[in-house]
Amino acid sequence: MAEFRLPPNSRIRKGHHHSVANGSGNVKRFAIYRYDPESGENPRVDTYEVDMSSCGPMVLDALIKIKNEIDPTLTFRRSCREGICGSCAMNIDGGNTLACISAIADVGGDIRIYPLPHLPVVKDLVPDLTNFYAQYASIKPWLQTRTPPPPDRERLQSKEDQELIDEPSACILCACCSTSCPSYWWNSDRYLGPAALLAAYRWLVDSRDEATGERLDYLEDPFRLYRCHTIMNCTQTCPKGLNPARAIAETKKMLAERRH
Amino acid sequence: MSLRSPLGRVLGLGSAKDGTDHFISQRISAIALVLLGLWFLYSMLTVESLDYLGVLRFLASPINAVLLALLSVTVSYHSWLGIQVVIEDYVHAPGLKLVSLIASRFAHAFIAIVCVYSILVLGLGA
Repeated sequence: MAEFRLPPNSRIRKGHHHSVANGSGNVKRFAIYRYDPESGENPRVDTYEVDMSSCGPMVLDALIKIKNEIDPTLTFRRSCREGICGSCAMNIDGGNTLACISAIADVGGDIRIYPLPHLPVVKDLVPDLTNFYAQYASIKPWLQTRTPPPPDRERLQSKEDQELIDEPSACILCACCSTSCPSYWWNSDRYLGPAALLAAYRWLVDSRDEATGERLDYLEDPFRLYRCHTIMNCTQTCPKGLNPARAIAETKKMLAERRH
Repeated sequence: MSLRSPLGRVLGLGSAKDGTDHFISQRISAIALVLLGLWFLYSMLTVESLDYLGVLRFLASPINAVLLALLSVTVSYHSWLGIQVVIEDYVHAPGLKLVSLIASRFAHAFIAIVCVYSILVLGLGA
């Protein structure tokens, strides 16, 4: 059966509290999920008080400050700090988003930070994305053609054709959408999830690609594609403002279209 | 523990090349249910009485009998498709999944046949 409750060794306990050193009035509290599989202990939620008068405006700024100044064992991924690499995807205040483009001021009260839901946790806020990346690789995210390229120039594309792939190409594979999807939670072993399906759609509508039929064949499956029940969490949570739900609906329309 | 590669696991048994018919059938039966549901609502609001003789009189009309039979079959069909999705979503143990899917199929077919048989018996005044 689908697991509706965390297994006993994954249930979260109350953790340590780290008070702010000086008594500045401008203090924000962060409640952060901590888990170290090597310790053999259950996960816990540690709370950190951060002096906002010496902290940047984004949640990632606070995480870096906590790691640098309060607790160097706190583990998380981060790289570009400007919303283009997708590394710092995590669950902040109940929604999946990027820590680097989430303003601390937008969250009222304590800021609760957990790893992306329903993935194995490597440590603290670092989830195991192996299956997610394999799903992306499985849709063959590259141009497939039979016509040889023109010898003297690149493959041309009209402005209108380019506009079709503008939005789906903007996906940064942060996994916020897939891990917000209940259908992906229950069946991520067989359902490709919104991120991989958005990427698949990006190649389905690429005017230069000549493998549309084979791509649709790969997707036409009760689990790979049709586990999407139009819940729309993916579109709501996407930190880049993309619409994977629409891409999936368009893919279903293409499959229906070639039937009749 | 398996040392199969992550991509190998994702590719699994390959595409079933299926699911589109299920998707289309679910939507077409939903459209049919809207129309039949409206007719049924109208009928229940305007029917003279719902005692045994009232129902006999209602089903003596061939249109009523046919539409009610159609409604019963469509509800069963649409429900079968929906329950199948629910089972596939939540029941993961292979044996239990198969048994649930077959049991659901039998139950829905049985309900549809019972409904149609009852309508025929009453409508033809047996």
